[in-house]
Amino acid sequence: MLHRNPRLRLGLLLTPPVLWLGVAYLGALGALFLTSLWGQNSFTGEIERTWTLDNFRTLFTVEVYRTITVRTLLVAGLVTVVDALIAFPIALYMAKVARPWAQRWLVIAVLMPLWASYLVKAYAWRGMLSEEGLVAWVAAPFGLGSPGYGLPATIVTLAYLWLPYMILPIYAGLERLPDSLLEASADLGAGTAHTLRRVVLPMAFPAVVAGSIFTFSLSMGDYIAVRIVGGASQLLGNVVYDNVGAANNLPFAAAVATVPVVVMLAYLAAARRTGALENL
Amino acid sequence: MRRVQTLAGACVLALVVAACGTTSESGGNGDGGGAGGGGGGATTGAGFTPPDVPMKKELGPMEDQINILAWPGYAEDGTNDPTVDWVTPFEKQTGCQANVKYFGTSDEAVNLMKTGEYDVVSASGDASLRLIASGDVAPVNTDLIPNYADVYDFLKDRDWNSVGGQMYGVPHGYGANLLMWRTDVVKPAPQSWEAVFEADSPYAGKITAYDSPIYIADAALYLMNSQPDLGIKNPYALDEKQLAAAVDVLTTQRENISEYWSDYLKEVQAFTTGDSVLGTTWQVIVNVAQDEKVPVDAVLPPEGSTGWSDTWMVAADSQHSNCAYAWLDHIISPKANAAVAEYFGESPANGKACALTVDKGFCDTYHAGDADYAAKLWYWTTPIEQCLDGRTDVQCTDYGRWTQAWTEVKG
Repeated sequence: MLHRNPRLRLGLLLTPPVLWLGVAYLGALGALFLTSLWGQNSFTGEIERTWTLDNFRTLFTVEVYRTITVRTLLVAGLVTVVDALIAFPIALYMAKVARPWAQRWLVIAVLMPLWASYLVKAYAWRGMLSEEGLVAWVAAPFGLGSPGYGLPATIVTLAYLWLPYMILPIYAGLERLPDSLLEASADLGAGTAHTLRRVVLPMAFPAVVAGSIFTFSLSMGDYIAVRIVGGASQLLGNVVYDNVGAANNLPFAAAVATVPVVVMLAYLAAARRTGALENL
Repeated sequence: MRRVQTLAGACVLALVVAACGTTSESGGNGDGGGAGGGGGGATTGAGFTPPDVPMKKELGPMEDQINILAWPGYAEDGTNDPTVDWVTPFEKQTGCQANVKYFGTSDEAVNLMKTGEYDVVSASGDASLRLIASGDVAPVNTDLIPNYADVYDFLKDRDWNSVGGQMYGVPHGYGANLLMWRTDVVKPAPQSWEAVFEADSPYAGKITAYDSPIYIADAALYLMNSQPDLGIKNPYALDEKQLAAAVDVLTTQRENISEYWSDYLKEVQAFTTGDSVLGTTWQVIVNVAQDEKVPVDAVLPPEGSTGWSDTWMVAADSQHSNCAYAWLDHIISPKANAAVAEYFGESPANGKACALTVDKGFCDTYHAGDADYAAKLWYWTTPIEQCLDGRTDVQCTDYGRWTQAWTEVKG
């Protein structure tokens, strides 16, 4: 029967993933938004299902939430820039310079840190950045100290954690860049720097944007690294966590959580214009 | 071919992202456990009448099991440390198979109790009254619990475990938030909370504080003594003006903070490396740090401190209420109470436990049974709109407001 009914076949094939996408993914986002429009009983902590915009009013009128949003955007942006600067040369070497066997090993080497637990890596940075840690020890001969715990430490740690997500898309993008283009550029008299700037960079740009979607969105939502190495600073994720965990104020937590969602939607819309989404 | 490769690459990435998400989540849970470890407190019963839930009149035959909801470390069966086990003896003695579920925060405990799947819960002061008010827990007939007689009197019939003279559980243990410092750095030794709140501290950038809205009460307690004009009578009953004053103190302190802590091992590490040298702590942290040869000392400042006091309660519709009463009796029996107090690092509720601790000086270290010491403690309480100090002419700030204020302090 499935033979003769291509439509039925297609329907059966597509129903589970579409349900998954619709219910588990978009449905959850919808539920998040609905929850943000509810209130909360302050004593029993129970959600009161009456429509209210109070959560969003608090979010927009209380200054500290704007400060935190801007700070989170800055951290995510800086992490992305740092990652792009480090990842580009590595990816270029992997794609265009290294021999094929070395390429394979390099890909494995880039992926390897992802096999270790996130927490282990974050705590390793905590140890390194402490008063008597590795960073302070290395910097001591130069008359410097450890930056200590705070936003710089958070950016370093996040940049380290998300680096593979930036390297891989750029590597995939550069691999697709035909060698003949580089040769043509050289034949026409362009030096290495010129070729990089006029040929490689423009063609790799969508891949960089693709990688930045990962680093940016992962940094936007992170709240654990900043708790471990961030000193006293807090990001949007911490506000959500504190409202769920400590205050049990789910509606307000949901309202805060819509901020990164909106930011990411805008980011994706911008990324689409660069053609980056074809690079994922 | 290239397309396929790219697609495969994308899948690998997607998988990795998903896996990473899971890691973060479990990390979050672990963190929550740490954050809630010391949750406790008290509140006056002003402002509500508990629903009429029947109290157990007499014991019957044991059921075959019991579902326990507990703070981490309160119901150990030897899986974490073979020498730490007071659940197995209970099972052998009563025949009640114990199923233990740990929770990370008081809010989680309240939510889990609402499912009706648990028979007993170790509730802190900020959870206990909410459970009583919502009718999720039943009054406890202390006549059916022989060991209750040995519990310190100053823990009985308190605001956070009884309503109108009726006990709703048995006291489990209590502890205080102390002032800890590195003895090799901080000289002379601090004598007052002033040390962590003063604006021009010589230890600026090395001070630590507890990362929870409830820490606002510590600032309020400090103001109670340093600025009596504000009229703060109870650090958990603050009107808008008093809260603003406390927030000012904390905002000043924020400049001097190295980091806030909620995971107790993180604080031990920060004091070990010297990233923090002065700040609020628990007795268990002092012990762990001193065991690791970190030169630290701690004191309960003369103006008093905040603290926690926990209570074991029985679910209103418990299917295993005989096992539940047996558990309440077991957990405050001298041997089990000694073991749990020593493992968690708090004062036991049963005075006879002091003779059975492994470390003979344990009860002295934790000031067990010292009513004067206990009277200096303001047990953690959920602030509510009805002022806990009995004021009726003004509306107090609730915990939701405190959470927002705490976010503003951290900035």
